Amino acid sequence: MSDSGSAQAGGALAQPPPEMGGAWMRRQELGQRLLGRAFLYLALAVLTVVLVAPLVWMVSASFKPEGYVFEYPPRLIAEQIQWWNYVDAWNQFPFWRSLRNTMTIVIGVEAGRLLSASLTAYIFARLRFPGRNALFLLVLSTMMIPYHVVLIPQYLLFRDLGWLDSFRPLIVPHFFGGGAFFIFLLRQFFMTIPRDYDDAARIDGAGTFAILWRIILPMSKPALATVAIFTFMAEWNDFLAPLIYLNSQEKYTLAIAIRQWQQVAVWGAGAYVPPTWNAIMAMATVLTIPPVVLFFFTQRYFIQGVVISGIKG
Amino acid sequence: MFWKRNLSLQARETRDAYIGLLPFLLGFVIFTAGPLVYSFYLSFTRYDILSAPRWSGFENYARMASGDDTLWQSLRVTVIYTMVAVPVQVIVGYAMALLLNLKVKGLSFWRTAFYMPAVVPAMAVAYVFSWMLQSDVGLLNQSLRAIGLPGPKWFGDPNWVLAAFILMSAWAVGGTLLLYLSALQGVPTELYDASKVDGANAWRRFLNVTLPMTSPVIFFVFLTGMIGTFQVFTVAFVTTNGGPGEASLFYLLYLYRTGWEYLQMGYAAAMAWLLFVILLVITLLSLRLSRTTVFYEGAQE
Repeated sequence: MSDSGSAQAGGALAQPPPEMGGAWMRRQELGQRLLGRAFLYLALAVLTVVLVAPLVWMVSASFKPEGYVFEYPPRLIAEQIQWWNYVDAWNQFPFWRSLRNTMTIVIGVEAGRLLSASLTAYIFARLRFPGRNALFLLVLSTMMIPYHVVLIPQYLLFRDLGWLDSFRPLIVPHFFGGGAFFIFLLRQFFMTIPRDYDDAARIDGAGTFAILWRIILPMSKPALATVAIFTFMAEWNDFLAPLIYLNSQEKYTLAIAIRQWQQVAVWGAGAYVPPTWNAIMAMATVLTIPPVVLFFFTQRYFIQGVVISGIKG
Repeated sequence: MFWKRNLSLQARETRDAYIGLLPFLLGFVIFTAGPLVYSFYLSFTRYDILSAPRWSGFENYARMASGDDTLWQSLRVTVIYTMVAVPVQVIVGYAMALLLNLKVKGLSFWRTAFYMPAVVPAMAVAYVFSWMLQSDVGLLNQSLRAIGLPGPKWFGDPNWVLAAFILMSAWAVGGTLLLYLSALQGVPTELYDASKVDGANAWRRFLNVTLPMTSPVIFFVFLTGMIGTFQVFTVAFVTTNGGPGEASLFYLLYLYRTGWEYLQMGYAAAMAWLLFVILLVITLLSLRLSRTTVFYEGAQE
């Protein structure tokens, strides 16, 4: 370790010690601190390697020829880079159609939630009316109700409406309130916008809803972005609801379609065979890339989500 | 005149408010309150989806209490998993945040690396781990063998399958990081300074300042973690589908089977209500407990 050297440099910088004992103590302390720092960064580096390794191996395996997937010791890049694992995989099931289905649902939910949650949040943030506090408590209390309790009746309701095997059960409910957490988040943000803006617009003759549309929403882009990103993550990853509501292959979302493809053997090499691990890793990579890339570029909105909601317990 | 105008303004505000809340209120009745009540009713019926529900009194609940070993197995699986996975989430996540709070260089790099596993879709997590934890040729067991340790069969061994699930959830422990970091950064520096003046060492400062000041967030992570682990579905459905045997039959997996595979919607509704009550009791108990253990700044007795 460059421990003693740095300690000496530190000692040189320090004021001349009144006695030898003091200087020695200070050097000792500085040395300990540097050692501590070295351990800290070592720990962080080890943690990073452990946490990122599975993802690196996933991507690495997705480019390997089949025989190399379980090779040990593992190589990051096999002799041969087999990028057509991806093409092979998405030729074996309706990949693009499933992707389009997922995106249709994502866009539908985004529209519903952004419109509906911001409307509801705006009313709680700005208007005074009898029953406001009780109703807001009602909004918050819906956060306590787990999805699976209402799952069965909702399923029956949508069956009676003839909506099974369509995207409607997955999209339409989001137009009715948009979810308590998002209402809460947007309300917190709206309350930070000075009322002077509303008043100025009101004097110009704007009504309640015009103020939301023309003043509040344009000023709330960061909060709306946070909602949009959280929503994308949730819908892209959703599994249980599409599994229950979508029955025909043409309607499958990407996650469901990949699951179906991985389970059911496909026609290849003259026989029905299950997909190989390199192909499965290719599809796992495809599923992983959008949320991870989105996270990389929009981290500050994640942090903002935490800050705005001000969760303190 | 002025008074009247004022009143009509208020009346208009009220009218606008209720017009604007209409979607939420409708949604609440149609998608939350209505279903909640209806599922309670269903829990007292036999219902195979094809014919109308038939009233069966407490039959479903009686069956849950005595005649259904699978239900108790699924509860056992879920509780064991929760009891290990949640403390890991709470403590390891907190330790990670403490490390990052030591004024490290390149904070955003480390934060990104630690948080990233939490945004990976459950499906992808399930595939990557079922590949890495293959009993003979998986990366982990080959590595263990290389240093002379026998690797367990993970997903293939009833005694180890939950350990594999706990490993998967531990991998995403960084998901708690943003909450913890924002809490740690919110601790006023004056408190540390005052504590230093009093001659407290780092450990005492942690015990007397950091821990109490961040306890509300620790509590929040604990509670949401608990609610989350009780509702594990996707990873279990994709990796083991409950196996081997029923060793990883998580509660929600069994509920899904009961309702959508065995078409016993009445019983599934009763199961859903049982889980709802369990979560409610856990929440209320923890809230009660938090009154004595969690420190809320500004709250006064």
